[in-house]
Amino acid sequence: MFQNLTDRLTAIFSRLTNRGALTEADVDAALREVRLALLEADVNFKVVKEFLARVRERAVGKDVLSSLTPGQMVVKIVLEELTALLGGARADIPLSGRVPNVIVLVGLQGSGKTTAAAKLASHYKSKGRHPLLVAADVYRPAAGDQLETLGAEIGVPVHRHDGADPVDIARESLRVAKDRLRDLVIVDTAGRLHVDDAMMDEAARIIQAVAPDAVLMVVDAMTGQDAVNAASAFAERVPFDGVIVTKLDGDARGGAALSVRAVTGRPIVFASVGERLDALEPFRPDAMARRILGMGDVVGLIDKAQAAFDEETARKAEERLRAGTFTLDDFLEQLRSVKKMGPLKDVLRMLPGAAKLPKDFEVDEGALKRTEAIITSMTKAERAKPSIINGSRRQRIAAGAGVSVFEVNQVLKQYAEAQRLMKRLAALQPQGKKGRRGVRLPGPWGFPG
Amino acid sequence: MSAAWFDKLSDGLSRTRVTIQSRIAAAVGASRAVDDAFFDGIEEALVLADVGATAAAEIVGNLRQAVRRERVREPEAALDLLVDLVAQEFPQPVDDPLDDLPAVVLLVGVNGSGKTTTAGKLAAEARAAGRTVVIGSADTYRAAAIEQLRVWAGRAGAHVVERERGADPAAVAFDAVAHGMEAGADLVLVDTAGRLHTSKDLMEELKKVDRVVRKRSAAPVKSLLVIDATAGQNALQQAREFHAALGLDGVVLTKLDGTAKGGIVVAVARELGLPVVRIGVGEGVDDMHSFDAREFARALVGAPS
Repeated sequence: MFQNLTDRLTAIFSRLTNRGALTEADVDAALREVRLALLEADVNFKVVKEFLARVRERAVGKDVLSSLTPGQMVVKIVLEELTALLGGARADIPLSGRVPNVIVLVGLQGSGKTTAAAKLASHYKSKGRHPLLVAADVYRPAAGDQLETLGAEIGVPVHRHDGADPVDIARESLRVAKDRLRDLVIVDTAGRLHVDDAMMDEAARIIQAVAPDAVLMVVDAMTGQDAVNAASAFAERVPFDGVIVTKLDGDARGGAALSVRAVTGRPIVFASVGERLDALEPFRPDAMARRILGMGDVVGLIDKAQAAFDEETARKAEERLRAGTFTLDDFLEQLRSVKKMGPLKDVLRMLPGAAKLPKDFEVDEGALKRTEAIITSMTKAERAKPSIINGSRRQRIAAGAGVSVFEVNQVLKQYAEAQRLMKRLAALQPQGKKGRRGVRLPGPWGFPG
Repeated sequence: MSAAWFDKLSDGLSRTRVTIQSRIAAAVGASRAVDDAFFDGIEEALVLADVGATAAAEIVGNLRQAVRRERVREPEAALDLLVDLVAQEFPQPVDDPLDDLPAVVLLVGVNGSGKTTTAGKLAAEARAAGRTVVIGSADTYRAAAIEQLRVWAGRAGAHVVERERGADPAAVAFDAVAHGMEAGADLVLVDTAGRLHTSKDLMEELKKVDRVVRKRSAAPVKSLLVIDATAGQNALQQAREFHAALGLDGVVLTKLDGTAKGGIVVAVARELGLPVVRIGVGEGVDDMHSFDAREFARALVGAPS
């Protein structure tokens, strides 16, 4: 996401940082490039203007121009201002203590409300809540069917009442939620144009009827300059509390989201980053700004790891490692945890310097799958004691996994290397400080721990 | 074409025109001269219409030259020149791929751009002209896309060819074309699943649909990219990728009934030479119209028509 903007700023500032002294003209030249990049990223014209004015004011200050590394100072300022523009600290949706809590989703047609509703339900379900999805879009053909199908996929009930008035549907959903012991109601409303008076009025009446804890506006990351018009109009008629940005898994730079935040002051709370129904992440302005500037997203990586690695399993693996009994089963466990973090390509993109990866950079996602197949083709005894795997066993494993013997050898070699590496790491770590770091990133891929 | 039809188009574009007009009025300001402030205002308006910073700068550069060449002094006359310049960016219409029947038309685009709705409207348009239409429900991925299309086909009076959700889209497309050929249909529309152009697998899947359709079809096969008028600069990248994968024949611009201007199609036409074949201006079954480059250019730059 924001990839192209990142490329450009990286290029601009690596030119700047390679120079010693910086003049006011240098800064202006760089900021012109930043302006173009931001406009091509669909950041609103007026927002860009204000942003550049703020950056320039700070960047041409005396202590910057006379500092030893003025280029880096400018990068730092751009980063800070971009973070501020994206909302500063991480925002959350405050849900009150009442039961059920209610969230209403609004937005333009095609922004991705229905999918976002299901993803949101899945997110809260994984946090131990019991959501109820409500189909209040009675206009788009089969919108109710779509929500019902998605609900079934994530195991969340859906309330629909085709032919009824959307305001009534929303109102009766509160009763349905109480009857079915659901503690969170997520209302999916119809897409509407901000210039459509009747439809905007309907949205306002839905909100009035259910008095939600939060109204969230769903904004497509691919939206252009008009995003601020739509957002301002929504903010006026159906005051929303936060924004969900969707379709950030493409290469849209998502400047519109940035503009919406700047113009309405409402925080971006979630980012939708993939087709899978669990591809919804809390939006982190700081990390996003770092990412825009090609500085990697280590915080996001740790978040992903924390979600994927079961603390208990990791601790056990570490103990076995210390005891020198780290088996192929443990290796497999870790592999599966890595797989849970999502496509490897996305994970790698979060590492510092990822902007320098080629654009069409591809990871062989199948490698993990093949490794899994190889290990599961081994007997229990083989997994516990890989040294017994001789030539004929290798041939049997290869046949079982549908790979060549060469690949089986490679996996065994990787395992041996991982074991050696982890033994060394374990030796470096003082005993008795277990759990000091919140998360461990054990694994054959050498993630920084 | 009838006068009522044209009124509707003007209605659809009028909001666009009003907002841009007021914006241009504000941008050009009280200055009654064709000066730097005037050109800056035009550039800002073009950027705000999603034409893109690069294209906007180039168009304004060309406008400056034209103004000098023609010795234009009045802002109104300069706006006329601008309309000409913008309209010229669109390729001259050769044949309307949706009128030159029989044909098979693939509707492609990113998620939420309005492909299914467009399929329904195009089917209605062809039916109204007395043509027989078959629609292939090749979006087998999105939940309830098949049901949504079924409703639209019912409204239009078109025959739908579908399989269960999760089926191979190429197989559905093949069935639709085969059925269309056997039944002697004039138009076979294939509604494909929304996909981001960055997804390699999904783009490969789309190429397969295209290959299979071309293999089966005796009639010419056309691919239309559906672009949302609210789309920003990323739509240019979308157009590049879809064009590279399929060889597009044109663009359908949807959702022009809001305040978004859809200026990105100017950039798409400039770079890829793709014509806009239809514009969508509402959710009604007949809210789809032909594209008039001059009319669009006028709306875009806020010139009085």
